[in-house]
Amino acid sequence: MSEKVIMDPLGIGRALSRISHEIIERNKGTEGLVLVGIRTCGIHLARRISEKIKEIEKSEVPVGILDITLYRDDLLTKKGHPAVRKTDIPFDLVGTVVVLVDDVLYTGRTIRAAMDELMDFGRPAMIQLAVLIDRGHRELPIRADYVGKGVPTSKTAVIKVLLSEEGTEDRVILRED
Amino acid sequence: MELKRKDLLDIKGLDQEEIQLILDTAESFKEVTGREIKKVPTLRGKTVVNLFFEPSTRTRTSFEIAAKRLSADVINFSVSGSSVSKGETLLDTARNIEAMRADFIIIRHPASGAPHILARNLRSSVINAGDGLHEHPTQALLDMFTIRERKGKIEGLTVAIIGDIAHSRVARSNIYGLTRMGARVRVAGPPALIPAEVETLGVSVFYDMEEALSGADVIMVLRIQLERQGKNYFPTLREFARLYCLTQERAGHAKGDAMIMHPGPVNRGIEISPEVADGLSSVILEQVTNGVAVRMAVLYLLSGSGEI
Amino acid sequence: MNLLIKNGRIVDPVNHVDQVADLLIADGKVRQIAQEIPVTPDAEAIDATGQWVVPGLIDVHTHLREPGFEYKETIRTGTMAAAAGGFTTICCMPNTKPVNDSQAVTEFILRKAATEGMVNVLPVGAITKGCQGEEITEMGDLREAGCIAVSDDGRPVMNSAVMRRAMEYASMFHLPVISHCEDTNLAEEGVMNEGRVSTELGLRGIPNASEDVMAARDIELAALTNAHLHIAHVSTQGSVELIRRAKEEGIRVTAETCPHYLVLTDEAVTGYNTNTKIKPPLRTLKDVEAVRKGLREGVIDVIATDHAPHAQVEKEMEFDSAPFGITGLETAVAIALQLVDEGVLTVNEMVLKMSGKPAKLLNIDRGHLSVGAVADITVIDPRATWVVDPPQLKSRGKNTPFEGWKMKGRVTHTIVGGKVVYKG
Ligand SMILES: [Zn+2]
Ligand SMILES: [Zn+2]
Repeated sequence: MSEKVIMDPLGIGRALSRISHEIIERNKGTEGLVLVGIRTCGIHLARRISEKIKEIEKSEVPVGILDITLYRDDLLTKKGHPAVRKTDIPFDLVGTVVVLVDDVLYTGRTIRAAMDELMDFGRPAMIQLAVLIDRGHRELPIRADYVGKGVPTSKTAVIKVLLSEEGTEDRVILRED
Repeated sequence: MELKRKDLLDIKGLDQEEIQLILDTAESFKEVTGREIKKVPTLRGKTVVNLFFEPSTRTRTSFEIAAKRLSADVINFSVSGSSVSKGETLLDTARNIEAMRADFIIIRHPASGAPHILARNLRSSVINAGDGLHEHPTQALLDMFTIRERKGKIEGLTVAIIGDIAHSRVARSNIYGLTRMGARVRVAGPPALIPAEVETLGVSVFYDMEEALSGADVIMVLRIQLERQGKNYFPTLREFARLYCLTQERAGHAKGDAMIMHPGPVNRGIEISPEVADGLSSVILEQVTNGVAVRMAVLYLLSGSGEI
Repeated sequence: MNLLIKNGRIVDPVNHVDQVADLLIADGKVRQIAQEIPVTPDAEAIDATGQWVVPGLIDVHTHLREPGFEYKETIRTGTMAAAAGGFTTICCMPNTKPVNDSQAVTEFILRKAATEGMVNVLPVGAITKGCQGEEITEMGDLREAGCIAVSDDGRPVMNSAVMRRAMEYASMFHLPVISHCEDTNLAEEGVMNEGRVSTELGLRGIPNASEDVMAARDIELAALTNAHLHIAHVSTQGSVELIRRAKEEGIRVTAETCPHYLVLTDEAVTGYNTNTKIKPPLRTLKDVEAVRKGLREGVIDVIATDHAPHAQVEKEMEFDSAPFGITGLETAVAIALQLVDEGVLTVNEMVLKMSGKPAKLLNIDRGHLSVGAVADITVIDPRATWVVDPPQLKSRGKNTPFEGWKMKGRVTHTIVGGKVVYKG
């Protein structure tokens, strides 16, 4: 088993800065823009991106929280249910451009669930996807609009995103068997 | 943490962590019930059967809404009168329903222990929606949820349960749940309506209502079944009301911020006065709202038990 | 064919016999008890080494259900169960359909028992017509037809004046009056003992007082009428104390309890097992201890089964709807042996309370192994272990609260009138 750090605090910071710039550039500003983080790491990342955008554009981009548990497609096939925690979308989604934020993009199933859930909150004008890591192995036709770092991995590898909000140092670790 | 059981038959068998889990989960579901589209796909393809041997529009509807908001299919069976009179036993009825591939059977029955018969014999998850004088676990869970939501905690609170304790499954479930969560529970009513040796469940017994209310954080008023009259549990409803009706004046003996609960339906002017039932301290309608969230949580958690 | 029981421990408390010996049965009678009786070609030998040879057990309280409830039990299946349980004589209660309140019913039962029965059947007639508690039965006729006692078991006579007249009348025919002591108004719709467990389970309770007040009433009436009162299935501390006092005062009262009141408490109802639903209900530990003490001290004379079979579909009901009653003929010996093991009774006391004492209270010449006595004999292997498996019971009633219990002690031979009717 090997473990290596593939992103350090500086790397994560740079990646999020770049993503923030790209979001502003692609959307020509922040008009109608909202960020929605997917529990748990996605929330922290969305908040950081919102902060960075504020530094750059001097405008506030609201952040919502999505808990996709109830929309998972493996709930009924798995024994034991994950805990359900609150979703919090404190703004009207209709007509907005939603940037979904998650830590790792893998099979795409989480994003499918997140989009279904978002749609139930209202009809956004557009949904975009920002991830810190894209590790490949998609099982659905989903791709990210903003990627911090593409990391080719084997299917058995494990990627862990650690963030300071959870009481650890910012780091992304790749563990291979 | 998950709920490691196939059925929800009673509160007595739940430990503190399980109750906590259900209440925490219910909090998330309460958010779902506040959405524009109040439906999530979680239990799509699952079948929930409401098997009611006693009329109860409230509880049945609450379970029905909960199941539908989880995208389950709901079928209602109301069996009026006893199935025995039609020559079919409870077990026959239940086996028939299971043969239709029900994933959940929610049962309300006038006989204590009826859900246990189903649970022992069927693979479906069985949820007790009130059995005889025994328990009504989801009612107690929604009551605890409402208390926790209002007071921020359950531990250390003084809860006074007033009225017909002996014939109340709501009282029993709340006694088990509240004492397990660290509340001090008092019961009050005339001696014939206090069940034998109820102190052994960890509650204190009062006959005087004002004493029971003194310093209480929560007042839980039980519905008095009008049929109890004429059986000498108490002489008349008039005198019962004179001694045990929760009036504004009596409620004043409790703490200033005491919350007032009632499982419904309310007999206004008998166990509770209209001003109190509709007053600011009353959370009776919140209880109804929370009932749906709590029942969604129970359905969700039981469906993850891996047994179905 | 003669029978020779070799090398068993012969326990015959009535005759103060407790020794290892051989017992020879000839012509349906006890012929000889001695060491080393030689085996002859005209005698079948039973090796009873390590086993107990005791007077055939007598149950003063059995429900055979026939006529009227043959789906629960018949005279045939009930007596098969009795034989398997070591009972050579049983007294069947009158709450059949029709009620045994007339010569015709008594004769029917005796005729059936003679042709299909495996053991001796002694009918108990009703106290009142139809067990309705209103008009007393023709006890003279019943006695003549073969009833050995009267009882309205299951439906106690609530009217004290009726009970008084019944006792007066029964005493004229030397018929014991067997009373199921229960104030049905106090018992109300109760389905189990009233107390902590009934509160926890949300089941309606039956207070001890419902038994005690009727025991007190019947004892007073026995004192008034000088009738022989036999109190059935004693379950409470209160009635044990009432009987103790009555006996001290010289009132003609005897009493029975049942195996289940000696080893089970109301905790057994937890889980709503309808095979624990009986009347009187299973009580608390305090009562069990008092009943055990009463049994040991002789306040309670007899262990009876109150064998009350029901069909499985009836017991598969909700607890409230299921009928009262449990089967008991086939588990009684093992439970009694448990009491011997626990030091509550000696072997001699146990045998006496299941044979000699019941015979005495019924006024029948049974319950001893005197030379010349009818050869009703039970052979018990006190060390045999077995597990109670309801489908294997001979009784039609599989409603035992002892399902799955590991038992020690089993009947190996039941001999009625010199014939082996059961072989384990
Ligand atoms: Zn009886
Ligand atoms: Zn009986």
